[in-house]
Amino acid sequence: MKRAVFFLVPLAGFLVLAAFLLRGLWLNPREVPSPLIGKPAPVFEKARLGQPTEMFSSKDMAGQVWILNVWASWCTPCRVEHPLFNELAAKKLVPIIGMNYKDTPEAGRKWLAELGDPYTTTFIDYDGKLGIDFGVYGVPETFVIDKQGVIRYKHIGPVTPEAMAKKIIPLVQELQRS
Amino acid sequence: MRSLLIAWGMAMAALAGPAPADEAVPTLNDPVAAKREVELAKQLRCLVCQNETIADSRASLAVDLRNKLREQMAAGKSDAEIIAFMTERYGDFVLYKPPLKATTVLLWAGPFVLLAVGGLIGWRVVRRRAMAAAPQPLSSADRERAERLLRGEGDAR
Repeated sequence: MKRAVFFLVPLAGFLVLAAFLLRGLWLNPREVPSPLIGKPAPVFEKARLGQPTEMFSSKDMAGQVWILNVWASWCTPCRVEHPLFNELAAKKLVPIIGMNYKDTPEAGRKWLAELGDPYTTTFIDYDGKLGIDFGVYGVPETFVIDKQGVIRYKHIGPVTPEAMAKKIIPLVQELQRS
Repeated sequence: MRSLLIAWGMAMAALAGPAPADEAVPTLNDPVAAKREVELAKQLRCLVCQNETIADSRASLAVDLRNKLREQMAAGKSDAEIIAFMTERYGDFVLYKPPLKATTVLLWAGPFVLLAVGGLIGWRVVRRRAMAAAPQPLSSADRERAERLLRGEGDAR
């Protein structure tokens, strides 16, 4: 009996450790959970891409569910997810607002001309300061913001077809009903 | 001196203001502020490189965060307020030294618990071996035999 315990305890310890490490294999260390989920999105006003004299204000979006997509022309993964936003825009389900992050307006405009413009409005965050307020640390990042202006979901990295179909679209529809 | 500091703060705010600063603005002209800035930067993690502080990292986000740090210092924010500003946006992960919380107890206490468990097991093993190796008291038969041998009566076993 005592001998069994002597062998079982280290075995149990090993199994617990192995379970933790196995779980760790499937976690992405780049995905840092955002403390902003469930909190009101920062209120801001930024110049629009293409019409720099006009401002986009986050207050304009009050009362509707919207998607904020942070992108830049220098960001390669943004190209990967872009067709998904083109598809989403074609469905006319939800306004998609683009944040052109730390980019030049010329490069941003060229990028949209080349790949298509799914954005209801794109505004410019030239110095990345608004990005800091949104806790952006890598582009692309995508936020779902509800009618009350609360951040409900954040996707870090390029949106995958699965995330779009299983998380983002259902969440948008659910929030639109509420 | 105070007015000089304020002037410096305003100059910093102007520098860190609208320009998209790719280079961190040096604070060399005020050693006290520079020291404080480095101390703060050492406490904050660069979320891009993850294993570097924003004091060490050359990633553009680290540069932006250092600029933000400077801007907040110039605005007269306390260290605690600046740290809170960062954790509000990036979570506890931005702190290079994780805070002691219910969710991080295992992280902090884990090594000591493992050390204690290992020490206990080691102590028990050593004690058991020491007991096994301890000299057994001589049985009366053995004693008699030894005495016979010493008397030179031969080993009549």
